[in-house]
Amino acid sequence: MIERTPKLDFFCHLLLIAGVIAVCLPLYYALIAATHTLSDVLQVPMPLTPGNELLANLKVAIERGDLGRQLLNSLIVSVGVTVGKIAVSILSAFAITYFRFPFRMMAFWLIFATLMLPIEVRIVPTYAVAAHPLQGLGWLLDETGLRGPLESLTGWNVEAVVKWNLLDSYAGLILPLMASATATFLFRQLFLTIPEELLEAAKIDGASPMRFLIDVLWPMSRTNVVALTVILFVFGWNQYLWPLLITTEASMTTAVIGLSKQISAAPEAVPKWNTLMASALLITLPPVMVVIVLQRWFVKGLVDSEK
Amino acid sequence: MIKRVNFQRHKPLAFLLLAPQMLVLAVFVFWPAAQALYQAFTVTDPFGQHSTFVWFDNFRDILTSPEYFNSIYRTAIFSTGTTVSAVLAGLAFAVLVDRVVRGKSVYRLMIIWPYAVAPVLAGVLWLFLFHPIYGAIALMLKQGFGIPWNPLLDGSDAMLLVIVAAAWKQVSYNFVFFLAALQAIPRSLIEAAAIDGAGPIRRFVSIVFPLISPTTFFLLVINVVYAFFDTFGIIHALTQGGPGGATDIMVYKVYADGFLGLDLGLSAAQSVILMILVIGLTAIQFRFLERRVKYAQ
Repeated sequence: MIERTPKLDFFCHLLLIAGVIAVCLPLYYALIAATHTLSDVLQVPMPLTPGNELLANLKVAIERGDLGRQLLNSLIVSVGVTVGKIAVSILSAFAITYFRFPFRMMAFWLIFATLMLPIEVRIVPTYAVAAHPLQGLGWLLDETGLRGPLESLTGWNVEAVVKWNLLDSYAGLILPLMASATATFLFRQLFLTIPEELLEAAKIDGASPMRFLIDVLWPMSRTNVVALTVILFVFGWNQYLWPLLITTEASMTTAVIGLSKQISAAPEAVPKWNTLMASALLITLPPVMVVIVLQRWFVKGLVDSEK
Repeated sequence: MIKRVNFQRHKPLAFLLLAPQMLVLAVFVFWPAAQALYQAFTVTDPFGQHSTFVWFDNFRDILTSPEYFNSIYRTAIFSTGTTVSAVLAGLAFAVLVDRVVRGKSVYRLMIIWPYAVAPVLAGVLWLFLFHPIYGAIALMLKQGFGIPWNPLLDGSDAMLLVIVAAAWKQVSYNFVFFLAALQAIPRSLIEAAAIDGAGPIRRFVSIVFPLISPTTFFLLVINVVYAFFDTFGIIHALTQGGPGGATDIMVYKVYADGFLGLDLGLSAAQSVILMILVIGLTAIQFRFLERRVKYAQ
């Protein structure tokens, strides 16, 4: 506090309250819609206070839309992306900062280059890869004439192996979303700030590289891991374009996709706003709770991952 | 950079540690990116059996098509509108929250939460408010101000709706960064200015704003990237590029031409143009990072 300015302070509070109301307005209206019957919601003007139909609407939303299954899928995908990306990133960051080996700089620049290729840009060929990951193998076997001998020798059905794909699978949902370098850079920056003496001491004590990673680096990275977890969980939960393409079966879609399909299915018809908003609230709740409960880590994760 | 003290006799282990990351990147980033590059220079027949190398024909087609110019124009409006409103709102919130003493954490919480809402859900929430028949804001506009409002039919209404939804979600991100930047300003600077008789507004214009300008610049770049790529869900769920191509932003057109129009060459050429744009934006961002390091010393 620099000086006493009661009038200005009052004005600031007034502006903030107006701003916060504007920010929270969509949430409030969603809440109202989710707590009334459809005919009440479609009245003009709409009621302005919450009703008491929330549980009924939630029940309809869950039963009709297969929402429970989709929420579970969302959870699996976001946890998978979070755990997978952190594991892969911490290992590769460890390799490029603590090991001297051939092609080290090349590996570094290759990882660096992926920062410039967001999935939205390479979406069509990435889908092709997920739809036919082993097409190249089939082509190779045909060209070299090895397909026949291989089939008769091992008894494998090469055609079935080549047709194997990642569509409508958790691996297909998770793996491409793990493919980005942001977390690797975060860990690299962190490792570079860790004092050299720690490794010297560990080496004198006869620690192997993996022991050093587990007993020294991992405990020192724990706060960053928590911060990154918040960001990646929200990122995974809210994915849209990739799950939209990779899943066709209703039982494999994520909650966000399931909801958006309810709107785009009938653009002219009146959506069932009450149950739609009830499911929207339910779907938004997990990531919002994560951000609110882990607010301190969330802010740290956000600021760190952009450095 | 490598640590001065490092492991030298564990080369196989190093490759082993690096393998998962490189494998995932190779299969899902490098290979598709190379494919996009290749497809951009080829024409594939409708059954996907044969492709012919056609040099720059796809680029010539795309750069002479009026639809693509419409898409560039709409992207420019959309990203400018989203970036400017989200950055300004984020800055305003951060300045106000930094100033008030009471209720700071409550305000912060109320502003931060939209970050966790999926872009497409943000779109649905705002569509409900702006729906031409029963949306609360739409009714207010119609009955209170006599403004005819229909984002399902009118192009500029639709553009406004997607900008509001996209910017709303991004305000919290900008707010977090601006607040961190404001709190990093040494109090002594502000106090010295106050002693010299500078009021709150004068202090903001002459001291605070110049000191947070690196953050502002950084956020401008990040917000443009967000508006270009992360807003696909909003467009896809609310307007599908319509009405009449009014919200047909570039990343949506890549998807529409590739998956709905099935013209892989044309879609890939647009992907390559977008890649060049991202590389440019990333380069600008790293220039900024360098400057920020100098500035901190």
